[in-house]
Amino acid sequence: MIINSQGLDPREINELIRTAKEKSIVLNNCLGQRFIGSGLGKKEISINGIPGNALGAYLNGASITVNGNAQDAVGDTMDSGEIVIHGSAGDAAGYSMRGGEIYIKNNAGYRAGVHMKEYKQKKPVIVIGGRAGSFLGEYQAGGIIIVLGLNSDGRPIVSNFPCTGMHGGKMILRGELPSIHFPHQTTSHTADENDFAQFAPFIKKYCNYFGADYEKLINDKYTVITPDSKNPYKQMYVSN
Amino acid sequence: MKQNPLDYIIPESEVVRNITRCVNCRICEKQCPNEVHKFNEKLNCMTADESLCVNCQRCVATCPAHALKIQKNECAFRENHNWKSDNIKEIYKQARTGGVLLSSMGNPNKFPVYFDRILINASQVTNPSVDPLREPMETRVFLGKKPGEIRRDPDGNIIPELPVHLELSMPVMFSAMSYGSISYNAHKSLAAAAKELGIFYNTGEGGLHEDFYCYADNTVVQVASGRFGVHEKYLDSAAAIEIKMGQGAKPGIGGHLPGTKIIGDVSATRMIPEGSDAISPAPHHDIYSIEDLRQLVYSLKEATQYKKPIIVKVAAVHNIAAIAAGIARSGADIIAIDGFRGGTGAAPTRIRDNVGIPIELALAAVDTRLREEGTRNNVSLIVGGSIRSAADVVKAIALGADACYIATAALIALGCHLCRTCGSGKCSWGIATADLVKRLDPEEGARRLVNLMRAWKHEIKEMMGGMGINSIEALCGNRLMLRGVNLTEKELEILGIYHAGE
Repeated sequence: MIINSQGLDPREINELIRTAKEKSIVLNNCLGQRFIGSGLGKKEISINGIPGNALGAYLNGASITVNGNAQDAVGDTMDSGEIVIHGSAGDAAGYSMRGGEIYIKNNAGYRAGVHMKEYKQKKPVIVIGGRAGSFLGEYQAGGIIIVLGLNSDGRPIVSNFPCTGMHGGKMILRGELPSIHFPHQTTSHTADENDFAQFAPFIKKYCNYFGADYEKLINDKYTVITPDSKNPYKQMYVSN
Repeated sequence: MKQNPLDYIIPESEVVRNITRCVNCRICEKQCPNEVHKFNEKLNCMTADESLCVNCQRCVATCPAHALKIQKNECAFRENHNWKSDNIKEIYKQARTGGVLLSSMGNPNKFPVYFDRILINASQVTNPSVDPLREPMETRVFLGKKPGEIRRDPDGNIIPELPVHLELSMPVMFSAMSYGSISYNAHKSLAAAAKELGIFYNTGEGGLHEDFYCYADNTVVQVASGRFGVHEKYLDSAAAIEIKMGQGAKPGIGGHLPGTKIIGDVSATRMIPEGSDAISPAPHHDIYSIEDLRQLVYSLKEATQYKKPIIVKVAAVHNIAAIAAGIARSGADIIAIDGFRGGTGAAPTRIRDNVGIPIELALAAVDTRLREEGTRNNVSLIVGGSIRSAADVVKAIALGADACYIATAALIALGCHLCRTCGSGKCSWGIATADLVKRLDPEEGARRLVNLMRAWKHEIKEMMGGMGINSIEALCGNRLMLRGVNLTEKELEILGIYHAGE
C-alpha cells in the first residue's frame, strides 16, 4: 500500500498504517510528521522523504526504512523491530531502547543510545556508520553501540564525553583510539576474537544495507568499552 | 575489631525492657530485622543493641507480654539552637565516609504546614447544610480535559464527546511507588484496594508485575526518564499513563534503586539484569522544553491510539505556575503536582529537606494561573505531598485540585510506622522490603486501605454537607469555603483566601 503523506498529520498517517490490510507500506512525500510507527507491531514501512521526531518510538516489531535523514529520538523506548536510515539521525537516537536494531548510514547527533538497556535475550543494537555526537551511550545499561567512523569530514568518530554513567552493555568504536577520554568507571580494550564474533554480524548487516566494504571493515582494529561496575554510584551514599 | 569512638553515633532511641514482664520468648529477636534484640545465654535474659534500632515499633507491637518500649534516647549530643543533634550526627557520618546523605520518607523539618493554618466553612442559618446520611452526595470526579462546548444532534440529544478521562468514585488516588521500592504484597494491596474502591493506584517507574495486569482498569503506569519496564503490555495494562518529570521529595534529581534491590521479580519487572543499578537520570534527555514534553505526550498518545489520558507529574518548585501553564498547553490531560513534603524510598537528605515548595502554595498558584490564562479546563489537577487526612483533601480541592494523591498515608494504613529507613530494605512491616514481604497480608492490606478510604469518603461528605455542597465538583476551586489563621498578607494572597474573621 502506498500512502501519500502530504497534508496528513501524524495521527492520520498512523491510523492508515495501523488499519492497512497490507503488511508492507510505502510512505511518500514525508515531511517532518512525527511519531510515525509509534508502538507499531509487525509491519514493514518504507519512508520516502524525512520523517519527524520520535520515529518508531515504542516500536513493537515493525521494520522501518527511511530513504533520507531522520530527526531526533528515533526508536525512543523501542522494544523490538528494526529501523534502517539511509542518511543521518538527529539527537537521542535509540533513547532507552530495550530491543531491536537501528542502522544509521551516516552520522548520529548527541546522546545516541542514551540509557539503552538489555534484559536476558533482549539486547538492542545501534550501528552508526559515520560519527556520533557528544554523550554517546550516556547511562548505557545494556545493548551494543557500534560506530564505524566512515565519515569523510575529518571530524572524530565520537565527540565529547562518551560512556558517561555507563553501567552495562558494550560500546564498539572502529580504530585504536588512544586520544579519546573515557570515564573512570569504564575499561577499554582492543577487540579480541570473542568481541568480533559478537559484533561482526551487525557490521555485516550494515554493509548489506548500505553497500560498505565488509572485508575491509572487518580487518580493521576496534576499541571495545565496557563498564567496570553495574553499580557506578554505590560508594557515593551514606544512609542517614 | 576495636571501634573508633568517633564512629559511635548516639542512638536516637532507647530500648526499654520491663524485665518483670519479659518471658524470654525471643519473639522480639525473630521480629527485628535489624538484629537489635539478642538472647544472652549466660545471663538468661534478653539484651538489646540500640545502636541498630530504627524505632519501627515492630517488637513493641509483637511482644506478647507488652514488655517493650522504644523511647527517645535521653543520652544526646550537647545540642544548641544552631547545632542540632542531626547537624552534628550528619557531619560525623560524612566525615567518616565522604558520602552523600541519603534519607527516606518526606521532609520532616519545621516548615509551615499550610493545611493546618486553613479552616473550612460551614452553613449556619442563612443557607442549609446537607446531611450525607439522608441525602445524595456526589464524590465522583472525572479527570482529564473538560469539553469546551456541548454539541447536539438534529434531535436535540447531546452528542457524548467526552475526551478520554479517568472516573474516580472519590477524589483520592494512590500515588506512584515502584515495585522494588515497595514489596509485591504492598503493590497487590494497593491494586486490589483501588479496584474495590473505584479509584487508581500508580505503578511508579519500576514497571508492572505481570500478576497485576488484571488490575489494568485501576492502574496508572509511569514513564520516567529511565523508561524501566515500558513496553506494549505495560502501556496496555493501564487506564492512564503518567510521565514522571519530577518528585516532590527530590525535585531536579533522578531516581536510583541500588543493584542490591534489583533481584528476582524486581529485575524481571524493570527488565534489567539482577544486581544492576536502576538509574533514572535527572532529566529526560529528550525533554528540554514544553515542545519536547509535548513530543513525549503525543508519542505516548500515538502508541496507545489516543485511548488513555496522559498525566504529567512535576515537583512543586518556585516557578511552578509558569511550568504548569506550559504543561497545560502540551497536550497532557492531567497535571500532578507533588509538594516538598512528598515521600520517597530514598532521596539525598539535602535535596529532600531544602528543595521545593509547599503543595498548598503551589496548588493555589497553579490553579490561579491556569484560570487567568483560560486553560484550567485543558487539564485536571492532582496534588500530593503530603495529604494526611480527609480534611487535607477537602482543603486541597477547595484550593483548586480535582483530586489528591496519597502514598505515605496509604503505607501507614498498611502498617508503616514511619521509622524512615525504607532505603535499608529491612522494613519490618513487610512494605519496603523483599525479604519480609510475607508480613504484609495483601488481603488484609487491601481491606485496611478500603477502610481508610471509606472513612475519608464519609468525612469528605460530612464536611461538604456542612458547607451546603452536595457535589465535590462544586467544591473544586471554591476558595471562599476556606479561611486562614496565622498567615501573612502575602501567604493569604497566594493562597487566594481570606483571613478568619474577614
